Amino acid sequence: MDTFVQQLINGLTIGSIYALIALGYTMVYGILRLINFAHGDVFMVGAYTGYMLAIHLGFESSPSIIGFAVVLFGSMIISAVIGMLIERFAYRPVRKYSRMTTLITAIGMSLFLEYTFVVIFSGTPRAFPQLLPNDNYTLFGNATINTSQLLIFVVSILLMLGLQYIIFKTKVGKAMRAVSFNLNSAKLMGVNTDFVIAFTFGLGSALAAAGGVLVAQYNPKIEPLMGLLIGLKAFVAAVLGGIGNIPGAVLGGLLIGAAETLVVGYGQYIGIPSTYRDAVAFAILILVLLIRPAGLLGSNVQEKV
Amino acid sequence: MKRIILTISLITSLLFSAACVQKGGENGAANTGDTIKVGVFADLSGTTASFGQSTKNGIELAVEEINNAGGVLGKKIQLIVEDDQGRPEQAKTVVSKLINQDRVQAVLGEVASTNSLAAAPVAQEAKIPMITPSSTNPKVTQVGDYIFRVCFIDPFQGAVMAKYAANNLNAKTAAIFGDVQSDYSKGLSEVFKQEFAKLGGRIVSEQSYAQTDPDFKGQLTAIRATNPDVIYIPGYYGQVGIIAKQARELGMNMPLLGGDGWDSPDLWKLGGEALKNAYISNHYSADNPEPQIQNFVKAYQAKFGAKPDSLAALAYDSAKVLADSLKRAGSADPQKLRDAIAQTDNFDGITGKITINAERNAVKPAVVLELDPSKSGFNYKETIYPEGMTAPTDDTNTNANSPMNMNTNTMANGNMNSNMNSMVNSNSANSTNK
Repeated sequence: MDTFVQQLINGLTIGSIYALIALGYTMVYGILRLINFAHGDVFMVGAYTGYMLAIHLGFESSPSIIGFAVVLFGSMIISAVIGMLIERFAYRPVRKYSRMTTLITAIGMSLFLEYTFVVIFSGTPRAFPQLLPNDNYTLFGNATINTSQLLIFVVSILLMLGLQYIIFKTKVGKAMRAVSFNLNSAKLMGVNTDFVIAFTFGLGSALAAAGGVLVAQYNPKIEPLMGLLIGLKAFVAAVLGGIGNIPGAVLGGLLIGAAETLVVGYGQYIGIPSTYRDAVAFAILILVLLIRPAGLLGSNVQEKV
Repeated sequence: MKRIILTISLITSLLFSAACVQKGGENGAANTGDTIKVGVFADLSGTTASFGQSTKNGIELAVEEINNAGGVLGKKIQLIVEDDQGRPEQAKTVVSKLINQDRVQAVLGEVASTNSLAAAPVAQEAKIPMITPSSTNPKVTQVGDYIFRVCFIDPFQGAVMAKYAANNLNAKTAAIFGDVQSDYSKGLSEVFKQEFAKLGGRIVSEQSYAQTDPDFKGQLTAIRATNPDVIYIPGYYGQVGIIAKQARELGMNMPLLGGDGWDSPDLWKLGGEALKNAYISNHYSADNPEPQIQNFVKAYQAKFGAKPDSLAALAYDSAKVLADSLKRAGSADPQKLRDAIAQTDNFDGITGKITINAERNAVKPAVVLELDPSKSGFNYKETIYPEGMTAPTDDTNTNANSPMNMNTNTMANGNMNSNMNSMVNSNSANSTNK
């Protein structure tokens, strides 16, 4: 029982991160019908930005809640700007061409970010400084949870609530929903679509950056290619929940995280070795596409040809 | 807008051409004929870049010493270093480049067995001798008769730790947590498993991870449920530090055991205090007071500002063995050079006396080190010798008449467990070799 609870905690921790990143995929898709493959790398950029902030502002040596907050929000803001720049200089110029063009641009952007960081920081993994004292709390029996895991839960939930607020209670949120519904009509109604799209990229990138800093607190090893697999899995999470659907992305992220960890923990009893954790995420993707192509919470919209 | 793009592309292209020029400068000295070219391939920018850097440093130090002493055969050794980014396919490509384009006389590299395995067939095909300083997987030198190594092999290393766990740590049960992507890790796990069972121990859990796993708690929780006395983690430092940390967070305080893949300055940054109560098998100990070793440590520290890890020491030895073989061969002809390397006998290296056996592996002792986070270093525990090789002054287990049977006949045929039980003789810390 302890073990099961522990595995569930492990799974939901990593699942929350997938959810944070999946939100960025799903928002951009909802608005532009674009799979932003560079999104996973923005997560990496967020982790590195946090790393640079922590080192240069001197929070490395003195763990404190203020230091953590500064690093988290600093990294979110810088990454949001980077996200908007990516949109401005890579995607906007090709937006008028076919969707395939933008998709390929996104893949190019992803590689560009990865290898730019390899050049700047080299591929050597770096150790992310511990920004908060890491304490262990025993829940019951043998099941424990530590500060960085708690932090992942709390910060992710707060950010997701914040996002919900922005989308449903603010003017720009309303504009985002309008653009997502129909870009051209929204434009005709006087919505500044360029701004809304840039804002969406900024928002998504900020969430990914938060994920980057949180993961780096939990697993303090950062490297330029760290966003690759985690980004792919977040993408799977977004598709699983129904791409374009925000609660779906959260649900998808948590499900993938839990499924993966349970495979690691219990798969061996039914003949699945623990290394199949990655395969499981993608097997789920294939199943979902076969059985429910619109995803768990997605609505099936007929596309006119 | 157009102008911005133009400027950016201009800057990028300038940067790239600058990079190319720089590279060209390094390699460009070209075919003057008064140097012996030696190719080095190492991971200088990938996930095991600390290995590559140490290896490059060790080789450079050795070559500098050789050249300062007048070189070999009246010529200087010229190094051509290539970065393989820690990727097997890239290792293959750069070794092809070294052999076909740069026309090197010999190749030194890699650390990770997977990368050496990818590159070895290229060297074998071209009949250019290749010495790997530190790839311990048995398959590497089985690629062909031009592939050598100056380190011990996995069966020995895995057996050393199994023995240490059972005899010194009194472990009855063990869990194995290996890296699924690495031939090195698979080799060590396999042997540890067999050897530990032979010593009366029981493996209660076998888990594995991928280097890209974002977190290891899932596997560790599964291991925790089986409550082993020790956990054997034959991985590389990049993951091991985090694994140790997460294991301690889960309240798992048993000893963690590993191999030479842990040995990196970065390990301490990633694992910190969690690395208490951990032991690894390694090739040498930088704390060994022997003058030859201390001179090397001093020279290395003066040149690179860091303590040499065992990969640097092995790299240094590999270059020295190559130079020694060149001298004995009397020419840089690959065929003669190959024969000379194969005849290396009792070469006095930093990492022990190196004798190349019929399988082109080095037969030499291993040390067991205890990790000490307070000084980001190791405490020497024990030296363990392969059968047929004895400690310099310990005569109790002499077996000199069956020299090096540890890996001469059994390994190549694939039944490497046949002779394992008697494979290791040990010497405890307070005796000689220290």
